[in-house]
Order: sequence, then C-alpha cells, then structure tokens
Amino acid sequence: MNGPLAPLGAIGEEAGLVVAFVIGGLFGFVLERAGFGSAKKLAAVFYGRDMAVLKVMFTAIVTAMVGVQYLAVFGRIDLSLVTVPPTFLAPQIVGGLLFGVGFVIGGYCPGTAFVALGSGRKDALWFIGGALMGIALWAWGFPAYRTFYGSGSKGEFTIPQWLGAPAGTVAFAVILIALGAFWVATKVERRFGPCETGPEEARG
Amino acid sequence: MSVTLSPPQAVRRTESVDVAPRPYWNPYVAGIALGLVLVLTFYLMGSGLGASGALTRVVATAEDAVAHPAVASHPYWSNYLGDKPILKDWLVFEVVGVFVGGIVASLTAGRFKVTSEKGEGVTLRQRAILAFTGGIIVGFATRFARGCTSGQALTGGSLLSVGSWAFMFSVFAGGYAAAWFVRRQWR
Repeated sequence: MNGPLAPLGAIGEEAGLVVAFVIGGLFGFVLERAGFGSAKKLAAVFYGRDMAVLKVMFTAIVTAMVGVQYLAVFGRIDLSLVTVPPTFLAPQIVGGLLFGVGFVIGGYCPGTAFVALGSGRKDALWFIGGALMGIALWAWGFPAYRTFYGSGSKGEFTIPQWLGAPAGTVAFAVILIALGAFWVATKVERRFGPCETGPEEARG
Repeated sequence: MSVTLSPPQAVRRTESVDVAPRPYWNPYVAGIALGLVLVLTFYLMGSGLGASGALTRVVATAEDAVAHPAVASHPYWSNYLGDKPILKDWLVFEVVGVFVGGIVASLTAGRFKVTSEKGEGVTLRQRAILAFTGGIIVGFATRFARGCTSGQALTGGSLLSVGSWAFMFSVFAGGYAAAWFVRRQWR
C-alpha cells in the first residue's frame, strides 16, 4: 500500500492515536538505548566528552532522509502529502539559541525528558515542570512578540528549493557533511573524553 | 515478608545490586534505528515526531479549564480550541508512548533507578533548580522555534527544511556558548 497512509485516509483518527502511542513507544525505547535518558550523557556533547548526541542525531537524519527519498523514488510515498515544518528563519534561530542554552542548563530536551522520567530520573520531572511554565510564560507575553513570531515566513521551504539543486544532490552533500562531523566528533572525544585506562591500570 | 526470605533468594538479591546495566547501543546503530522509526512515522502518518507540541497542549488544556473566556480570546491559545478535546491529539499520545518506551527500555536494560542525575559540583537542590530553570528556557524557546529537537531537528532536518537546519545549528551554538557557565553541574 502506498503512503502516507493517514493523509490518504487509510488510517482513521482513532486508529491514528493508537499508532501514535506505538510509534512513541519505539521512539522512547530507541532514545533510552542510545543513552538519552541520562542528562549527563546528553550534556556531555557540549563539553566534547561524549559526542553520542551529535552522532545519533545526524545518523538518524541521514537514515530518514535517504529512506523517505528512496520510498518516493519508487512511488511508495507521496512526498507532497508529507508535512514539512514551515520555515520562519528569525524566530527559529532565536528559538534555537535559547533552546541550546536551556538544554545545557537543564540537561534535557522535551522528548528525552520523558525518556528520563520513564527511567526514574527525578530531575526530569523538574525539567518538564519548568518547560510547562516556560510555555505558559511565552503565551502570556505573546502579544509583545506576535509580529516577530510571524516574521520571515517562507512556508514549506527546503534546502533543494533554496539552492535550486536536485534533492538527491543535496542528500549526497548532507551525507558527506555528516561523515565529516562524525570524524571531527571522534577527534574531539579523543581530546576531551574520559582518559582511557591502559592495560596496566585495567589489570590493577 | 523479608523475615521469611530463604538464603538463596537473599543471595540472589544481593547479587542483583551489583549487576552492571547493559551497555548503550553503538551511536550509529541507535541513529539508524531512530531514522527507521522516523521513516515509518512519515509513511504511516504523513508527518514526523514531536514532543514540545504535546507539552503545549497540556498547558492549553490547563488554562482552558481555569479561564476558558481568556483562552478563547487569546491570540495564540485560541488556535488550540476546536470541536475535539485539546489533548485528543496524535502528539500527546506519541509522547505518552515515549514515556512508556523509556520505562520498558530502562527496566529491561537494568538502568531504571529513582534518582537525580548530576555531576559532583552541585547539590541535589541546585540540580533541581537548574533542571527547572533550563526547562523554563527550553519551553519558552520551543514556541519561538515551533518545535524542538524532535519536531524540528530530526523531522524537519530529514525533510531538508531550511528553518529546521537553522534551528539545529542554533541549538548547538547556544549550548556551546552557555556550557562554560554550568560546567560544574556536569563534572
């Protein structure tokens, strides 16, 4: 059957909620296995000690990017029915910078906080409580930055559209950039990571 | 119950404390698994993963319960009101799944533990304050960015959205810029 199923009406609203729960379960399971239920492991990416966050994220992005384009090339998915997050450049850059600051202070992002909560981490509960308050505060002040929030709207705007290049070429470039990032990340880990114990120490 | 505990069981119980948790997956293997979950999501639902959107719906529901007229006339919150309950949304169900997935994975890996994670440089009280403060900043930031690491970086990143890539690079820039100030928390 060709996808995406829900927009084509093959998955109803109620069934979609069950699918959502199952997909969320897989998502949470993999995040935990990657080590993302641990604030220390997540924050370590910002100190160069453990670059797993960068490696997992870029591998996932490359895998999904190749996977979805592969399905599209063979006509198994209609990409025009897949929702691309719209671009609002300035608010997304400001939001991203603030998000990074909050991430290293709090030790989690919203998704991983739920994985950590499921792993029994009490600090994740504080983080989630804070995030709820931050959202409420933002909405409270919304009239003040309403114009900024809607500025620079470009709709569904992709890198191939921006550069006027075929999606396959951009995908190939993204893969090369990811490989370069993995190489740098491994170098960084060797420089800042925990000292590896030599054979003598390991025996003692 | 503990009085009737027989010796072999007692021994087994002491041993289980010392059993090391299973190692994490190799990051590239975990990344491929995560990417495949994302492809499955695109194929089934026609949209990607998310997390902050679910939190936003929780706040909208709470505010609607205590002050419905204010929510109905609010320029942002009014978008969340419709003919169905605010929480009856696929992101909300997905995030409940993430929580349950985290429980199952941590239990089966021997990593489930009721504790707080921090370095030795801060007290538990300081860690709670920092987690809460970071949460406020992250929650605030997700509304400007219209998503978080799940909805923007992963989902938008793999669909090559320009704004999502700008968000992702900004997250790393913000994190590296602020890391020095909270280094004691993670040491």
